[in-house]
Amino acid sequence: MIRRWTTWVPLLAFAILLGLVAMRIGKTEPPLPSPLIGKPLPAFSLPLLDGDGKLTPASLKGRAVVLNVFGSWCVACVEEHPVLLEASKSAEIVGIAWRDDPAKTRAWLERRGNPYAMVGLDPDSRAVIDLGVTGAPESFVIAPDGRIALKITGIVTREIWLNRIAPLLEKLQ
Amino acid sequence: MSVEAGLFALILAAMLALLQALALPAAHVLRRPNVAGMIPAAAAAQALAMLVAMGTLIHAFAVSDFSVRVVYENSHTAKPMLYKVAAAWGHHEGSLLLWATLLSLFGGLTAFWRQGLPAAMRLRVLAVQGMLSFGVLAFVVITSNPFDRLNPVPMEGRGLNPLLQDPGLAFHPPLLYVGSVGVSVAFAFAIAALWRGELGPGWAKAVRFWTLIAWIFLTVGISLGSAWAYAELGWGGWWFWDPVENSALMPWLTATALVHAVRGIEKKGGLEGWVVLLAILGFGFSLLGMFLVRSGVLTSVHAFAADPLRGVFILALFAAIEGGALALYAARGHRLTGRVAFSPVSRDGALLLNTVLLTVACGVVLFGTVYPLLAESLGLGRISVGAPFFDATVLPLMAPVVALMALGPLMTGRRDTFKRLLPSIGVIAACGLVGAAVGLIWSGAAAAGFGLAAAAAGGVALALWKSRRRWTRRRTGMAFAHLGLAVALVGITGGSQMAAEAIARLPVGGAVELAGRSFGLVDVREVPGPNYIATRGRITVSGGPDLNPEIRRYETPPQTTTEAAIRSTPLGDTYAVIGDPSPDGTVVRVFVKPLLPWLWAGSALMAMGGALALTARTGGTATRRRA
Repeated sequence: MIRRWTTWVPLLAFAILLGLVAMRIGKTEPPLPSPLIGKPLPAFSLPLLDGDGKLTPASLKGRAVVLNVFGSWCVACVEEHPVLLEASKSAEIVGIAWRDDPAKTRAWLERRGNPYAMVGLDPDSRAVIDLGVTGAPESFVIAPDGRIALKITGIVTREIWLNRIAPLLEKLQ
Repeated sequence: MSVEAGLFALILAAMLALLQALALPAAHVLRRPNVAGMIPAAAAAQALAMLVAMGTLIHAFAVSDFSVRVVYENSHTAKPMLYKVAAAWGHHEGSLLLWATLLSLFGGLTAFWRQGLPAAMRLRVLAVQGMLSFGVLAFVVITSNPFDRLNPVPMEGRGLNPLLQDPGLAFHPPLLYVGSVGVSVAFAFAIAALWRGELGPGWAKAVRFWTLIAWIFLTVGISLGSAWAYAELGWGGWWFWDPVENSALMPWLTATALVHAVRGIEKKGGLEGWVVLLAILGFGFSLLGMFLVRSGVLTSVHAFAADPLRGVFILALFAAIEGGALALYAARGHRLTGRVAFSPVSRDGALLLNTVLLTVACGVVLFGTVYPLLAESLGLGRISVGAPFFDATVLPLMAPVVALMALGPLMTGRRDTFKRLLPSIGVIAACGLVGAAVGLIWSGAAAAGFGLAAAAAGGVALALWKSRRRWTRRRTGMAFAHLGLAVALVGITGGSQMAAEAIARLPVGGAVELAGRSFGLVDVREVPGPNYIATRGRITVSGGPDLNPEIRRYETPPQTTTEAAIRSTPLGDTYAVIGDPSPDGTVVRVFVKPLLPWLWAGSALMAMGGALALTARTGGTATRRRA
């Protein structure tokens, strides 16, 4: 014979579960912290769009820079572009042209303006995979010691630039 | 105009549902019992109204009426007709309307099928179904009106996610919905029983009937969904322990437990309280699945766009339905349970143990699924629970389930002894050892999988042999379903433990070796499709026909999908995917998945077994008639 109180157990368990789940309603998902934050940039060596040298983690050392992954095929990058153009007046932005034809990248930058201090070419996703990029655009703030300080997945909006990236760059300089 | 007719029908259905829910209490308060007589008619009319609403939406998609917001957002004139129709439920509003329509249809069918139930039980069941329908329909009308218009009318739609342009999408969600909504009938019966204070004649039979229908559809829906993921996502896997997959698995596990537990009370009582609780939990898991998918609290490939108002509304609905049901169970559940009159070593004992194990497995899945949410609520940080957790917890729980499944049908109903069972146990164990020995060639896990599958198959064969003069449809159905699980287990084990994969960047003319076979990339070319352009590779396989994997690029919306090329034989699958071609070659990924097709065959067997058992008369009357 089942004891009387046992029939209350499911209700109690349900109430606890419901209370905990209810706390999550309407909360926007905070961005997943990237495991790369605080780590040095992974090693890569990308040919430059213009000029001979290579884009490597060493070539970014000594100053705070923004590393931006883009492509001429990427529609969202067009939306992001004006923000980067404006920001490039006060910050150093370095581009990685991902899975792109150099001629197309060049044409794209000529037509829309070039916010990048330099552009590395990554047609085979060599650096991009190590950086854990899931799609373009994606941006990283790199500290002077070469460590990744911030990762922004998706479009860098004016708000993101003003509230998150610019203050961080100032702090790191 | 017709779209407004759909909205009208939707609101009418909600009103009819309210009538259906309130007629019985009203009859009681007004002391006019004949008022309750309208309930079956209201249920039938509500089902018809919902068919009109759903039909209207499908029509709007079929003719690409972009004045309707959801059609504009989810369809496109360039899409094949099958996918236009399927797009009607490929988004939040439409799928919710389908859910509500099925709920009403089940209500209408319950009104129509009397199943020898006393009126007092039948009317209560229908009243509960009316409440459920009213809640869901209010949700549709208030937060998710699928008949919203746009002005000005766009010229072209925004297309459908090309990933979802697959026959698998057209069929697996509706089938899963039939299953998860079908569990609502058992729920209504459980509430009606608590309300009335007794089960009464015909209750167990009816619950078994409706749960079996739901179980069959869940089985087919889940396997089609897995097959779709396997063919379409190109990762070589078929089950990812994704929250949405889990929320289909949980009702399946509970429905499995319910179908078995209700069997125990069909002839004699003993487990009434447990059966009623399982029925309440089963539909609770269906609702929880709906909540998880639509509230935006979990991220998933299956998730619909998040909307806080919807989240709050569904949570309130879920709390009212499930909380109310469990409160009723808490207050009155003890009245239902009679004396448990069977020994632990008996068929009923094995059945009870198995239903408990299935419920525990379900609880573990629930825990793993919502744990990331709970951890965040409790400030433990962000955690994701993945396959390693589920593999390590659920699979060991399923092992005794399969072992008991092999032995259970060989036991006698209420009392049995180890001594009598020893020969049967010996045969089952021998089969299991042979299977395990074969599995040991590959790994310990393969030994466990093949051993259990062989033991289960041996148990089924032995039970069929022992009962060879008294085969009933129910018994054969059970044998089919149990054998199906054994066959599926072979597929699962072979496809994971014996699998091999290779990845290589190949120039045209290059080859990669895997599992003693050579895969050569002969050709890569562009091929136009109906609304996409495909890059198709031709891969020759030594000792088999060519594989032609594709990458498809869609225009609206711009998106790329991977079409795996799969060659299935009873011995296994060879599976190939290609990446984008580049000057230094094309990335080719090949898998060999021995025995995996057995999983689909096993699932089909399970569903067939369920269907066979469904058409059977109750075991009790059948044997009595013979005797």
